[in-house]
Amino acid sequence: MKDFIEGSEAVARAVCLCKPGVISAYPITPQTHIVEGLAQMVADGRLKSQFVNVESEHSAASVVLGAVAVGQRVFTASSSQGLILMSEVIFNIAGMRMPVVMACVNRALSAPINIWNDLQDSMALRDSGWVQFYAENNQEAADLIFQAYRLAEDPRALIPVMVCLDGYILSHGLEVVDIPEEDKVTQFLPPFNPSEKLDTANPKSFGLLAGPDYYLEIRHDLHQTVKDALTLIPDITADFKRIFGRNSGGLVESYRLEDAEMAIVSAGSVCGTIKDTVDVLRAEGKKVGLLRIITYRPFPEELILQALAKVPMIAVLDKAVSLGASGPIYADLKAAFQGKPGKKISGYIAGLGGRDITPDTIKEIFKQLAGPEVSDQFIGLKN
Amino acid sequence: MRIHARAGQGAITTAALLGTAVFMEGGYAYAFPSFGAARMGAPMNAFIRISDRAIRLRSQIYNPDYVLVVDPTLIRNVDVLAGVKDNAVVVINSREPLFLNSKSAGIKIIYVPATEIAMRHLGRPLGNTALLGAFAAVSETVKLESLKEVVKRRFPGEIAEKNIAALSEGWEAACCG
Repeated sequence: MKDFIEGSEAVARAVCLCKPGVISAYPITPQTHIVEGLAQMVADGRLKSQFVNVESEHSAASVVLGAVAVGQRVFTASSSQGLILMSEVIFNIAGMRMPVVMACVNRALSAPINIWNDLQDSMALRDSGWVQFYAENNQEAADLIFQAYRLAEDPRALIPVMVCLDGYILSHGLEVVDIPEEDKVTQFLPPFNPSEKLDTANPKSFGLLAGPDYYLEIRHDLHQTVKDALTLIPDITADFKRIFGRNSGGLVESYRLEDAEMAIVSAGSVCGTIKDTVDVLRAEGKKVGLLRIITYRPFPEELILQALAKVPMIAVLDKAVSLGASGPIYADLKAAFQGKPGKKISGYIAGLGGRDITPDTIKEIFKQLAGPEVSDQFIGLKN
Repeated sequence: MRIHARAGQGAITTAALLGTAVFMEGGYAYAFPSFGAARMGAPMNAFIRISDRAIRLRSQIYNPDYVLVVDPTLIRNVDVLAGVKDNAVVVINSREPLFLNSKSAGIKIIYVPATEIAMRHLGRPLGNTALLGAFAAVSETVKLESLKEVVKRRFPGEIAEKNIAALSEGWEAACCG
């Protein structure tokens, strides 16, 4: 049913339809509305789930780790400092191959304290072994929740998935969202039935010590499994389209890249602003386009190389920075094109801490892309 | 449209009600807040874009067609007319005209005693629904009936009725005042 709702509510309703047995979270702006919504659903009896209140995000992540280990479908959500406080457990969840699904409502990192949007929080955890999806709009944020559970719990994957949505812009922004009927979700998402789980009748342990003799192989296996998700995701999105009737999620999205001479590569809700600006510039005869990264981890390198094969000038717009290096997506893109001549690839950093990215910002990036090649050019700095 | 209010005065609810009414009429809207200091009483904005197709543009609104001023005390410190289009319509919650330094000759400023209307119907100084009624009267964007329907769905019985009365009085104040 279509409704006019904010991204947080869209995510909460999607999670509710997936019926997690255990939810645990600690409130943090701007993620709060998601877990408030879920807590209300549990309190009203609309969602049969155990909602565990905890004293910190570290505990919230630990609770869902324990619950998924005994075979429960779980959910948590966080932002910014909360996510970073979870990080010790986040890495463990992936290492133990636990199919946790969480929402990251993207917000800047302290210090200075800033509650507004950028992608620095989830980007800081890109190396954790989690799959990361980035939503462009509220519909996709909801749809990615279903796809996240489907991927995470696939016996070939058993890896955690983080659905990232931009703080305020999506989490507190209201737009039309189609929340599917329960029977379609049931059809798309089979019950969670892990082959390995903690059971007092059949005791075992997860996450034990692995010395130098084993650790390398275990990390290699996890790395390979996360990469293998690149083959599972297209099947999941195809099946999603078959059941729900719409394209949503996936690895990357090409927008007006055919014959493009310049393209921006980015992720998240800013891609909507880029699409509108591309249309304006196209109407003026400029050959520009967008490549939107939906799945950032695993990194869909082959698809990116194909999509941009004929585009000579590429600007990467990062809403994050690896301090002392460059924007994270820029670094990945440069690495992907390593050894392939005839490309100009420039890195731009914008929108940190909620600085508004407008069509003029996008036009400025296209303008600068025609100039010297740069790796970490901040856009919109005040003097 | 750009809404000027203080955090806690219901600007987001106002934008949500308007967006829902547009959605019910088959249109698309994107309503979102922008907080300054992120605490109660601090000046903030809510924005709403309205279109006949899905909205992708995510930036704030710098050149509004419409401005709604929920709290008139803001105009001392905030330029509520910043960037308005030449033919913009500005609806201000005030009993009497205020001094506004307008650079655009074509803009239309409408004063609606929304707080008084709200006090009379709701007993609380929440003029948002009266302002929405006024907006419906001065724009072709949304029908008063759709706003009434949204209020009816959003609020329980008596509160909905009181808000609908405030909507109607705001509408009358703008078209007949």
